[in-house]
Amino acid sequence: MTQLILFNVFNGLIVGAFYALMALGLSLILNLSGVINFAHGGFLALGAYLAYTLMPYVGFWGALLIAPFLTAFLGLIAERILIRPLYGRDPLYSLLLTFGLAYVLEDVSRYIWGAQSVPFAIPAWLTTPLSSEYFFLTGYRIFMVLLVGLAVAALFIILNKTRLGMRIRAGTLDLETVSVLGVNVRILRNLNFGLGIYLAGLAGVLAAGMLGLQPTIGTSLIMPSFVAIIVGGLGSLPGTLLGGLLIGVASGVTTVFFPSATEAVMYVMMGLVLLVRPRGLLGEEGRVH
Amino acid sequence: MSDETLLHKKVSRRTVIKAAAAAGALQLTGPFIISARGEQPIKIGMDDCLTGTYAAVGKNETIGAQLAVEQMNKKGGILGRPVELIIEDSTSGDAGTAVQKARKLIDRDGVEFLLGNVNSALTLAMSDVAYEKKKIMVATGGHTDAVTGAKCHYNVFRICNTTQMEAYAVAPALVKNAGKKWYYITPDYAFGHTLQAGLEKAGAKLGVQKVGGDLTPLGTTDFSSYLIKAQAAKPDVIVILVQGDDMINCLKQAVQFGLEKKVHLAGAQQELEPLMGLPPEARIGTWVFEWYWNQPGVAHVKEFNDAIHAKTGHMPTARTWFGFAAAHTCALGANAAKSLDAFKIAKALQNFKLPPEVALMPGVPYFRAGQNQLIPNQWVGKAISGGKGGPEDLFQVTEVVKVGDAAGTLEESECKMQWPS
Amino acid sequence: MSSNPVTVADTPNPMGTGSAAKDRLATAIVWAVLLTMPYWMSLVGGYTELAIRIVVMGLAAMALNFLLGFTGVLSFGHAAYFGLGGYGVAMTIKYLVPSTPVAMLVGIATGTIAAMVIGALIVKLRGVYFAMVTIAFGQVFFFIAFRWNTVTGGDDGLSGWTRKALDLGFTTIDLPGNDKAYYYFALAIFALCVGAMALILKSPFGRTLIAIRENERRARFLGIPVDQHIWMSFVISCFFAAVAGALYALLSNFIDPRALRWDQSGNFVIMAVLGGMRSFWGPLLGAAIFVALQDYVSSQTENWMSFIGVFFMLIVIFFPRGILGILKRSVTK
Repeated sequence: MTQLILFNVFNGLIVGAFYALMALGLSLILNLSGVINFAHGGFLALGAYLAYTLMPYVGFWGALLIAPFLTAFLGLIAERILIRPLYGRDPLYSLLLTFGLAYVLEDVSRYIWGAQSVPFAIPAWLTTPLSSEYFFLTGYRIFMVLLVGLAVAALFIILNKTRLGMRIRAGTLDLETVSVLGVNVRILRNLNFGLGIYLAGLAGVLAAGMLGLQPTIGTSLIMPSFVAIIVGGLGSLPGTLLGGLLIGVASGVTTVFFPSATEAVMYVMMGLVLLVRPRGLLGEEGRVH
Repeated sequence: MSDETLLHKKVSRRTVIKAAAAAGALQLTGPFIISARGEQPIKIGMDDCLTGTYAAVGKNETIGAQLAVEQMNKKGGILGRPVELIIEDSTSGDAGTAVQKARKLIDRDGVEFLLGNVNSALTLAMSDVAYEKKKIMVATGGHTDAVTGAKCHYNVFRICNTTQMEAYAVAPALVKNAGKKWYYITPDYAFGHTLQAGLEKAGAKLGVQKVGGDLTPLGTTDFSSYLIKAQAAKPDVIVILVQGDDMINCLKQAVQFGLEKKVHLAGAQQELEPLMGLPPEARIGTWVFEWYWNQPGVAHVKEFNDAIHAKTGHMPTARTWFGFAAAHTCALGANAAKSLDAFKIAKALQNFKLPPEVALMPGVPYFRAGQNQLIPNQWVGKAISGGKGGPEDLFQVTEVVKVGDAAGTLEESECKMQWPS
Repeated sequence: MSSNPVTVADTPNPMGTGSAAKDRLATAIVWAVLLTMPYWMSLVGGYTELAIRIVVMGLAAMALNFLLGFTGVLSFGHAAYFGLGGYGVAMTIKYLVPSTPVAMLVGIATGTIAAMVIGALIVKLRGVYFAMVTIAFGQVFFFIAFRWNTVTGGDDGLSGWTRKALDLGFTTIDLPGNDKAYYYFALAIFALCVGAMALILKSPFGRTLIAIRENERRARFLGIPVDQHIWMSFVISCFFAAVAGALYALLSNFIDPRALRWDQSGNFVIMAVLGGMRSFWGPLLGAAIFVALQDYVSSQTENWMSFIGVFFMLIVIFFPRGILGILKRSVTK
């Protein structure tokens, strides 16, 4: 029994790392621009499909490198044309916009690549399990955790050590002052959005290795991201990371005892957090009222 | 900061309004154009999934139906009148839309026949509409037993198998290839429940022992915890009953874990669409197909394959055949009854045998009287990666189950058909 | 919440036309159209079910707008209460009592009680965060409907039941067999709800909600218990959404988890915005256009999702005030 629990904790961390990656991108965009990006799942799918299309030419590693940047680029364009006009207005409008964008992305993916699932192959040496007993620790899943760790580390370095990152952090707290201080807020928001979409594209490439690649691949992954953000704390990136991991582990452990409650547990956690500490575990004051 | 950036000045509100008005005007002229034409065509309405999770299989069903209608029209149509196929998107799960479209097809478009749906639940909802409106419905791909079982209607027929029939077809092969200790991974909805129940029943007759099982929610992406549990129970075979994307996720992950080296991976219903979406190393296991394109020596199959390949660039799948046979059934029934009246057609279709150019199988399938369920051949075999037939030959047939061998009895189906007086 | 200066057109009359006479005219036109809809529907390529769907969705959109347009609070999870209304109806007719009125009462009660509980939990949040949490809670109910197979039928939904005829003692109205009869039944319920909404909006309570919408901080300084008002508004709004959901289930003789999902919620919001959030009848107009458009486009092409998505985006970028908002502006110039 302890072995089963341990297995599931490990496994939960792996799954949680993936949720965290998605949620971080969503959180970045939410914190600075106040935009709930419903189209995040659509960009995830796009990242995966772009990688699939590039693979015959540049191989898996090339696709992994290039596809997220391509996706981020598309994100930059979308932000510039579609979302920027809406910043002055009620957050309702940007919400509806990303909602419509999500529809379009799914349909365009279906139109270009078809509704039929396409086979996404990862290098053979990555897919073998590390040991017979710990078979779920496949090379790919370890690789995924490492990559998520790298991405998170890179993100924190960008945010804490670069000027762009400093401006993003400042902008999250008080965008008006940042603007008054002479920073071009439009470009800031644009780049921040691109950064968030980069993470979505990366998540997409990773997801395609584990799941079937078809146009709705992103839609089921967006809800755990929301919950991760709410649990971890609105406005806090470390909180989002923590939230994602917590959800993953909680789901994994629940599977051992109450298999049918595996997903329910993440909603229960959300409900508890809202009751006891509405701003989330690591959330900041002032986000609530 | 003004809302109108440079970009938006170019596309003004007025342009958008004008475009919308033009589109709206088109809608008003729509119905009038149709009635101005010469002879009134007979319409078949197809309410199937063109978007969402089931888009791929739903689309294939509609392609098969389209081919059938083209063939029908070359032979004089139904009762001498041309046939028109009207396709509506039921979406993959919104019952409100599916029912709405079914009513639209019948009330506004005046279809005489209703075809559909991939989703069992939508099929049931549509069959209630067909029953209420007294139109013939030929269910294409919803497998839940109730459609020609507990909730059967005199005017609703079905092409695809019931889950019990699939279970009877594949159980012996599972025992032979793998063993008698089974662990189930079952999707948690009616289709999954009845398929597992069917396998348990078929297995009981063969001495099969269930060592465990898990119900997985539809749309599960991560099967690792279920596979961990399954492997811990030490079965001979993990019986994977999830379908579509869930099937791809489960098999992909199971093979990544190297589970196929320790335990047999198999299941019941399998289709070409998920196999095409799997990487080559994951195309394994013992399964049953409801129809397969690679049937050397069987009449008319090659023409069908060629016609579909010309249309889509791919080989037909079981879903293509479901739509094809369903549409043809409407014509065959109406021509046999010499009428468009649902009651007369339903009577004419009792024990009706499909002709070879529609059946496309070695045996002679027929609609069982009192149940309206087609009893066809089934194909049991192994998934492979690239057989002799080409890149889409992904299934190696080991046995063709004869018509009727896996059919079970009429009593088992629980259908108590009520005929209007 | 919004910091726009209060305009004359916005507040004196909740109906939004700025004058009582115009109000009455607008109301008269709307009712004339609604009362005769089944008769002229087929002439423009529609059908009775479409008309019923417009009325039902119109009610849901107007219910949402009570919270969104008049109180200034964005809820993106209204489909949950809509769906709960529907499930209440379905489960009552299927398992308990085959009676349409009883089923409706159960459905409405279910949705409203859920709203009371959830509302209390989230009333302290605002803006984008409130919206996120409403989405998440909406998803909770979707999840329950989806997983609790034995009770809700899970993904298969609840089928095998139909709306029952209405026995009024002196006569029986054949709801299941006669589509037009059901249309007028739904319209009657719609009329009651809309009338109630109008009364509430014109009352001091309704005025307070509008004040909160215009400037929450000022309202708080005036001593208004803002959180309580928002909670009440939320509950009232979800109450009417549950009524719409009950009618929806009766329309299809079917209910399934999709009715609870976030895309259904999004549809309600777009209907309100499309028609005009600041006007009373706006959401109904938005619902009519949206339902008809979706019905038409999905018949023409399987790429209807792109069209609807682009449509959303065009509305949001070019017509944020909605259609009635544009008309109002040109009228008051």
